[in-house]
Amino acid sequence: MKYSRLKISNILLIFIFISPINALAQVHEYELDNGLKLLVKVDRRAPIVITQVWYKVGSSYEYDGITGISHILEHMMFKGTENYAPGEFSRIISENGGRENAFTGPDYTSYFQTLEKSRLPISFKLEADRMRYLKLSDEELKKEIEVVKEERRWRTEDNPQSFLYEAIKAAAFQTSTYRFPVIGWMRDIENITIDDLREWYKKWYAPNNATLVVAGDVDPNDVYGLAYEHFGSLPSGEPIATKQQTEVVQQGTKRITVKRPAELPSIMMAYKTPVIKINNKAQIEHDWEPYALEVLAGILDGGNSARIASRLIRRDEVAAAASVSYQIASRLDNLFMLSGTPAQGKSIQELEVAFRNEILNIQTHLVSDEELQRVKAQVISSDIYEKDSIFYQAMIIGVLETIGLSWGLADEYVDRIKAITAEQVMAVAKKYLIDDRLTVADLHPIPIKNNSANAARTEGN
Amino acid sequence: MQLEQKEINVHTKIILFSTLCFAVSALASPDIEYWTTDKGADVYYVHAPELPMVDIQIVFDAGSTRDADSLGIAMLTNSLLAEGANGEDADTISNGFESLGAIYAADVGYDSASLQLRSLTDAELLTEAIENFKKVISTPDFPNDALERKRSQMLIAIKAKEQSPGAIAKDAFMSAIYQSHPYGKPSEGNEASIKSIKREDIISFYRKYYNAKNSMIAIVGAIDRKTAEQISEDIVNALQDGKKAVPLSKVNKLDVSKNIFIEYPSVQTHILVGQPGVKRGDADYFPLYVGNHILGGGGMVSRLFEEVREKRGLSYSAYSYFSPMRFKGPFIAGLQTKTDQSDEAISVVLENIKNYIELGPTEEELISAKKNIIGGFPLRVDSNSKILNYVVVIGYYKLPLDYLHTFNSNVEAVTIEHIKDAFKRRLTVDNLVTVKVGTSTNNKNKEN
Repeated sequence: MKYSRLKISNILLIFIFISPINALAQVHEYELDNGLKLLVKVDRRAPIVITQVWYKVGSSYEYDGITGISHILEHMMFKGTENYAPGEFSRIISENGGRENAFTGPDYTSYFQTLEKSRLPISFKLEADRMRYLKLSDEELKKEIEVVKEERRWRTEDNPQSFLYEAIKAAAFQTSTYRFPVIGWMRDIENITIDDLREWYKKWYAPNNATLVVAGDVDPNDVYGLAYEHFGSLPSGEPIATKQQTEVVQQGTKRITVKRPAELPSIMMAYKTPVIKINNKAQIEHDWEPYALEVLAGILDGGNSARIASRLIRRDEVAAAASVSYQIASRLDNLFMLSGTPAQGKSIQELEVAFRNEILNIQTHLVSDEELQRVKAQVISSDIYEKDSIFYQAMIIGVLETIGLSWGLADEYVDRIKAITAEQVMAVAKKYLIDDRLTVADLHPIPIKNNSANAARTEGN
Repeated sequence: MQLEQKEINVHTKIILFSTLCFAVSALASPDIEYWTTDKGADVYYVHAPELPMVDIQIVFDAGSTRDADSLGIAMLTNSLLAEGANGEDADTISNGFESLGAIYAADVGYDSASLQLRSLTDAELLTEAIENFKKVISTPDFPNDALERKRSQMLIAIKAKEQSPGAIAKDAFMSAIYQSHPYGKPSEGNEASIKSIKREDIISFYRKYYNAKNSMIAIVGAIDRKTAEQISEDIVNALQDGKKAVPLSKVNKLDVSKNIFIEYPSVQTHILVGQPGVKRGDADYFPLYVGNHILGGGGMVSRLFEEVREKRGLSYSAYSYFSPMRFKGPFIAGLQTKTDQSDEAISVVLENIKNYIELGPTEEELISAKKNIIGGFPLRVDSNSKILNYVVVIGYYKLPLDYLHTFNSNVEAVTIEHIKDAFKRRLTVDNLVTVKVGTSTNNKNKEN
C-alpha cells in the first residue's frame, strides 16, 4: 500500500499554501447597462490576453427541423457584417498576431481570440460589431452549408465512434434536447434558410444573452473601460422566454444496435444522472450528489491505477480500451457513460457484463479509503495543473456562467470533492446507475471489404 | 491600452504594433539553461516559478526509426516500462504516481521516445514521484503477461487505424514518399511484425537505447537550478552508461510522382499531397515556415483555406504544413471532401501549390504573415507545457539555445526571394505524391 495519511496531509498543506495564488487570480465581475456580463480573470504569467464571447444558445435550444442552426450561425459569424467584409475579421486578428476560432456545444456558442495583451481593443471592437451587426447573405450561406455538410461527413458519418455517440444520445433522450447532435441532422443542415438564420441571430445574439470573459495579463478596470467603450452602446435584445426542455422519466432499459463499416466492435452504456444545480431549498439536501458521481467516475477511470484499467484491461483482459465519463456541469441533466472496445477474443456482451459488475461492486461495497484519497489527491493536483492554461481557466468561467451556474463554483469544486465519503459514492451508484436510467448502444461492424493493403493502386506518371 | 479605432481597419498601419510586440516578446521568451550530467546526458532547464508544479521529460533516441526489422518494437518497449518494474506490478506503479497527484506519460515518435513526469513541487511528493519514475525507466521487468496484453492492444490499435480513412491515407502517404526509409513505416508496426516480437527482442532494444549516453532531459517548473541539477543527476545515474545510438541513413529524394488510390467505403475522400520536406535546424527552415504559413498554414487565413473552403465550399479543413524531423520530415497538403468533388479539390490544391512554387507570395501576403507570426510570439510560450515542448525540440535536435530569442528576427529576415528560392529547391512539382482514400464510383475516369 503506497498511500499513507502523512502524504495526504502534505497535499492539503500545499493546497493551503497555493491559495494565495487563487486569491490573486480571482474573477472580477461587471455588468453593463445593456445586460452584458463581463468576467475578468487576471493571470500575469505571460503577456497575453484571451477574449471569449459566450452566447446562451446551442443545440439544446433547437427543435426538429432546424437542428444544427446554432453551429451554422457560428460559421456565418465569420462571413462579414455591415462594417466588415467576409473573412475580414479573421484577417485583422491574424495580422495582429492573434489566434481565433469558435465552438458550439449543446448549451453555448463561444468565440475566442488570443492576442498579445496590448491588442485587446481589437478583439473587443470586432466582437462588439458582430454581436449585433452581422450581414447574413444567401450567397455566403450556400457555400457555407456545403462546408458544414463536409464537416458532418468528416466528424460523424465516416467515424464509427462518433456515429455511435450520436446514436446513443438520440436514443437515451426522449424529450430532452440533448438528443440533438451539435452539428445537426444532415436533413436539417441542408434545409436551413437565410431567414431561419436571421431569426436565430436576432433572437439570441444580444448583450443581455452574452457573457464576455477576459483572462490574462490585464487590469480589470481597464478591461471594464474598454468593454464599456465597445459594447456599451449595443442595444439589448428582447427578453427571451425559453420553454422547458427537460427529459421525461425513463421506464426501463433502452437498447440500440448501430451497424457501420468498421473493424472493431464497441459498446457504450449511458445512465441518466443529475448535474450541479443552483441551490434552492428543494435541492440543497441532494446537492452533493454530482460531486459523488464525479468521485465515482474517478474511482472507475481516474488513471491507470483506477478500476477500469486495473481490472477490466489488465486483470480480466476483457477490454482493450475503456473509459468512463460524467458530465457534472450542463444546463440540463446529462449522462454518466461507460464505453469500451472488447479485448481480442472477447465480445461486447462480455464487456457489458464486466461494466455492470463494476457498478454492482460499487453499489454493494464501500470504495476503499486508499482509492478515495487517490481521487482527491488527483483533483487537488489537477486544480494546480489546470492553471497552466490561461485559456482553460477562461473556458471554465465561461461554461459555468453560460449554463446558469456561477463562476464561483470553480472555487468550491475542490472542497466539495474533498468532502465526499465512501457512503455517498455508494449511495449515488445505487440511486442513479440503475437499469431504468440506462441506454446501451452496440456498434456492429460491417466488414470493410477491399482491405486497404490489397486495394492500393499506384500509378507513376 | 489605447488604440486609435481607425487603425484597426487599415491593415498597413498595424505594422506599428508588430514592432511594439517584438520588444515585448523578446523579453517574454524563456531563458533555457543547459548542462551535462556526470554520465553525459544533456539537460535543458527553464525556471518557471509561478505555479507549484514541475514537468520532467527524459528523451531517448529510441523512436520507431530504430525498429529495424521488428516494426512496432519501439512503441511496445516504451509502453511496457510502467507495466512492471523492480518486481512491482502495474497497479502498484501507477498508484505510486496517482496517489501523489503525479502524472506519468509515455510517448513514441519517429525520432525519439520519451517518458514524462508532472508533479507538484512539494519536496516530499516530488521526491517520491521521482523515485517511482526512476524505477520505471531504469528497472523495467517486461513481464510476459504484460507483453501479451500490450501486444494484443497494439493489434487492436492497428485495426482501429484501418477503420479511419484519415489514418489509412496518412500511412499510405508516408510509405509512398519515404519508400524503404524508416519514416515510411507506421510506428505501430503491422500485424505480422507485432506478432513476431519476442520478449528478448524488447529487452535488448531497451538495453541498447534506454541508457544515459542516449538520453537528454528537459525540466520546466518551480524548482531552482540546484534542485534541477540534483534531479537530473539522480535520474541519469539510475540508467546504464550505454552508448549513443548509431546515426541513421538520410531520406532519399523522391524522383517520380505517384498517384495512389485506396478503396474505402467512406462518404468522403481523404486527400493528401506532398513529398519529403525539411529537417530540423535546416537553413531553409524559416523561409519554408513563413512561406507555408501563406500557402496553407495560417489557420483561417491562407491560400488553400481561401481557395478550397471559402471560395468553393469543398472541405471543412484545407491545410499544408512542413513537419521538420531529424531527416527531411514531410511536406503535406490535405483535405477531405465528398467523393464526387475529390478530383476538383485535388486540382485546386495542385494548382495552388504549383503556382506558389512558381511565383511565391505577394508582398502584402508576406507582410501579413510576418505580422501574425511575430505578433503572435507570446502565444507560443504562454504555458509551461508549451515551453517544455520547445525545450525538448531545441535540446533533442541541438537547435541554438537562443532559438526562441531569435525566432522573431529570423522570421522578420525572410523575403519573397528567400521563399521562392527555398520552395523551388525543396519542393519538386513533378514529383509530388497524391493519396486518395474513398470510394471509386466517381473516380474511374480520372485515375490514370
